[in-house]
Amino acid sequence: MEQQISLAHGSGGQLTRELVEHVFVPKLKNDILSRLTDAAELAVPGSRLMFTTDSFVIKPLEFPGGDIGKLSVCGTINDLAVSGARPMWISCGLIIEEGFSFERLERIVDSIARTTADAGVAVVCGDTKVVEHGSADGLFINTAGIGVPIRDYRSAPIQPGDKILVSGTIGDHEAAIFRVRENLGRRMELASDCAALHGLVETMLAAAPNIRVMRDPTRGGIGAVLNELATGTACSFTIEDDLIPMCDEVRGICELVGFDPMYLANEGKLVCFVPAKQAESLLQAMRSHPLGANAAIIGEAVADSRERVYLQSRFGGSRIVIMPTGVQLPRIC
Amino acid sequence: MNFQEEFRNKDVARGLVAGIRNAIQSIPPVVLPVRLMEVCGSHTMAICRYGIRQLLPKPLRLLSGPGCPVCVTTGDYIDKAVALARIPGVVVTSFGDLFKVPGSTSSLEKERAGGAAVEVMFSPIEAVRIARDNPAKKVVFLGIGFETTIPAVAIAIKEAAGQGVENFSVLSGHKLMPPALRALAEGGTRVNGFICPGHVSTIIGMHPYEFIARDYRIGCVIAGFEPLDILQSIHMLLRQIKDGEPAVENQYTRLVRPEGNRAGQAMINEVFEPVDVAWRGLGVIPGSGLRIREQFAAHDTERTIEFAPEPTVEKPGCICGEILQGIKTPYDCPLFGKYCTPAGPVGPCMVSTEGCCAASYKYLEPMKR
Amino acid sequence: MCLAVPMKIESIDGKRGVASFSGGEYDIRLDLIEAPKVDEFVMVHAGIALDRLDAAEAEETLKLLREIDELSGRVSQ
Repeated sequence: MEQQISLAHGSGGQLTRELVEHVFVPKLKNDILSRLTDAAELAVPGSRLMFTTDSFVIKPLEFPGGDIGKLSVCGTINDLAVSGARPMWISCGLIIEEGFSFERLERIVDSIARTTADAGVAVVCGDTKVVEHGSADGLFINTAGIGVPIRDYRSAPIQPGDKILVSGTIGDHEAAIFRVRENLGRRMELASDCAALHGLVETMLAAAPNIRVMRDPTRGGIGAVLNELATGTACSFTIEDDLIPMCDEVRGICELVGFDPMYLANEGKLVCFVPAKQAESLLQAMRSHPLGANAAIIGEAVADSRERVYLQSRFGGSRIVIMPTGVQLPRIC
Repeated sequence: MNFQEEFRNKDVARGLVAGIRNAIQSIPPVVLPVRLMEVCGSHTMAICRYGIRQLLPKPLRLLSGPGCPVCVTTGDYIDKAVALARIPGVVVTSFGDLFKVPGSTSSLEKERAGGAAVEVMFSPIEAVRIARDNPAKKVVFLGIGFETTIPAVAIAIKEAAGQGVENFSVLSGHKLMPPALRALAEGGTRVNGFICPGHVSTIIGMHPYEFIARDYRIGCVIAGFEPLDILQSIHMLLRQIKDGEPAVENQYTRLVRPEGNRAGQAMINEVFEPVDVAWRGLGVIPGSGLRIREQFAAHDTERTIEFAPEPTVEKPGCICGEILQGIKTPYDCPLFGKYCTPAGPVGPCMVSTEGCCAASYKYLEPMKR
Repeated sequence: MCLAVPMKIESIDGKRGVASFSGGEYDIRLDLIEAPKVDEFVMVHAGIALDRLDAAEAEETLKLLREIDELSGRVSQ
C-alpha cells in the first residue's frame, strides 16, 4: 500500500474501499461499521435521542494531551454529555490534504479508536474526501454523535440563588496550544485537558438530578458560556475570581502575554448551574471523579434584569465579563 | 518572596483603603474632588481588573491619560504598516496590540486575511531571528511603545547590525513619556497628581519627572502595578495634596532606582535620537518621538524600503483625543458603546486592549453609560 | 504599556538567560542587567529583563503597608 494519501483515495473507487477496509474497519471494529452500508441502522432504546455535530480544524494536529482525532471524538461526546445524554454513536468525516502522511493518518485514527473505546462509543459511519495540496490544513475532521438521555434528563431554567460550578482548572487547552504554536517557554508541564466528560456527567446526575444546565466552555471560554447562559434568565451571575481553579502554568502564560483566562478554550471541562441546596453534594460527587478532582463552586445567580456576568476580586471590587470579541493576541501593554 | 502575591494581599488592601478614606477627610473641601491621573495602559488595566475604583471614596477620581502607546499612535502609522504589508516579499512583524487597530481603510488583521505576511511577536528579538532565517524576505518590525519597550527594540536593532542581518528593519513609532506629561501640564489638564508609570520609570528613573512638581506644582508618585502598589501610590499622593507639598516620590522602590537603568538609557541613546512627532489628541510634541540614528540607517524601514501609504482619513465623531487628555471620559463620547465597540472600534482608545474606552467597555458597569 | 512579570534567573549564558515564572521556564535577555546572578529576580517585559528586583526593599514596602493598615484600623475605631 502507498505511504501517502492521494486524491484517488477520496474518489470512491478501489483505493477508497481499500482505505476503509484496511484502516478504518479493523481499527474501529464494530458490527455496524463492518456492514459498510450507506447509512448506519440503529436500534432506538427510547423515544428521545440527542444528536450533535462538530468540525475540527486545529493546528497543530498533534499536541501535548491529544491530537485532532481525540479532540474530534471528545468534542462531540461532550456536547452530548452536557445535554445530559449518554453518547452512543459517532460519525466521522475526514477531509485530508493530498500528500498527507499515511503513517500520520494511521496514528490519528488509532487515537480515535482509543478514545472511542475508552469512552464506550462506536464510530458507526464515516466519509473520506481528499483535496488538493493547499486546500486543507493537513486534515479536517467532522464528527456527529447520537446519545440517549441519562435518567430522562432535561435542562431547566436558571433561578436566582443557583450555584455555579466548574469541573476543574480553566484555560489548559488553549494555553497549551498557544505555547506550542508560539514556541513559548521551555520545559513546561502544560497539556490540553482534552477529555470525554460523559462519565463525570453520569456521576453528577446521580448526585444532583436537578442540575439546571451544563455547558462545555470550548472556544470563548467560561466567559462566553456564562454570557450565553445569562440571556433570557432575568439573572446576573457573580463569580469570585479567587475561586476559579487555574493551574500555575496557565496563570503564568496569561500574565506574561496578557491573556484573560475567562476567554480561553477548554476541551475537558464543564460549567453547570444547580439549585443551591444540591451544590455541596454535587461538588463532592464531582471531586470523587478523576475528571472533577479540581471542581469548585465559583459563584451564583442573582435576580437582575441586566443579565450580566460579574467577576469579583478579592478586594471587593468587581468587573463585568463581556462576550469575547475575537481571538486573543499576545500583547505588551 | 515572589514579588506578586505579597502585593495582592486583601487584608493589607483593606487597611490601605481605610487609610485613603481617612486621608481624603483631611483634605480641604475646596480642593475636592481630587483628580489623579495615571498615564500607563497597564495601570488602566490593573485598576479595572481589580475593581479599584469601586473601593475608593467618592471625592477621589481616577483619570486615564495618554499612557496607551497604541491609542496615541496617529492613523498614518497604521496606514504605513498596511502599505508595507501589501508589498510582496515583506513580512510585517508586530506586537499583538497593533494587530486589530483600524487604519484609514484597512488593518493588519484584514491584510493578513487577504494573504499578506503579518506575524504577531512576543519579542522584537524573535523578528530578527525570522529575518535571519528568511534572507529573501524583508522583515519589518513595528516599533511602538514607550521607554519600557524601546530598549528591547534597540537590542534587536543592535543584534541585527552586529550579525549582518540586513533584511531586518524597524518602523519607529516610539514615543517618550516626560514630554507628554509636560504637554499635559502645559495644556492645563486639571489634575492634582500623577500616578507615574513604574516600568517606564525603571528605565528613566525619577529625575525626568521633577519639573512637574517644581514648575507645575503637581505631585508625582512612581507606582508599581499590583493592587497594593496602586493603593499605596494614591495614599502617598493624597498626603502630598493634604500637606500642599507636591514632589516626586517613588512607591516602586523594589524595582525603580532614582537614576533609573543606565544600560537601558544608553541603549536607547545609542540607537535612537529624539524627534518631534504628533500624538493623537495632543498634537505635535517637541522631542517626544524617536528616530533611528544615521549609524543604524540600514535598519530603518523609512530609509530602506520604498512604500507609499494611502492618505490618512480621520474618523468624524471620535473624541479619543479629548479622552486621552483626561478632559472627557468614554461616557461623554456619542459613539461609545453604540457605534464604537471592541468588535467594531472606531478610534484607537477602543481597539487597544488597554485603551481607556476598551477597558471601560470590557470591565465597567455599563449602567454608567 | 508595561506588561511585565517577575522571574527568577535559573541560568545565565552571556547576555541570555533562562528564568522561571509560575511553573514555566522562559528564555530572556539580560543586556540591561549588570552582573546578573542565578536565583536573582528580574522584571521581564517583551522578553528582556528591565532591572533586578530588590527583596529587602520589597520587605520595607510591605512593612510600611502593614503600618498603614494598622494605623487606619486604630483611627477607624
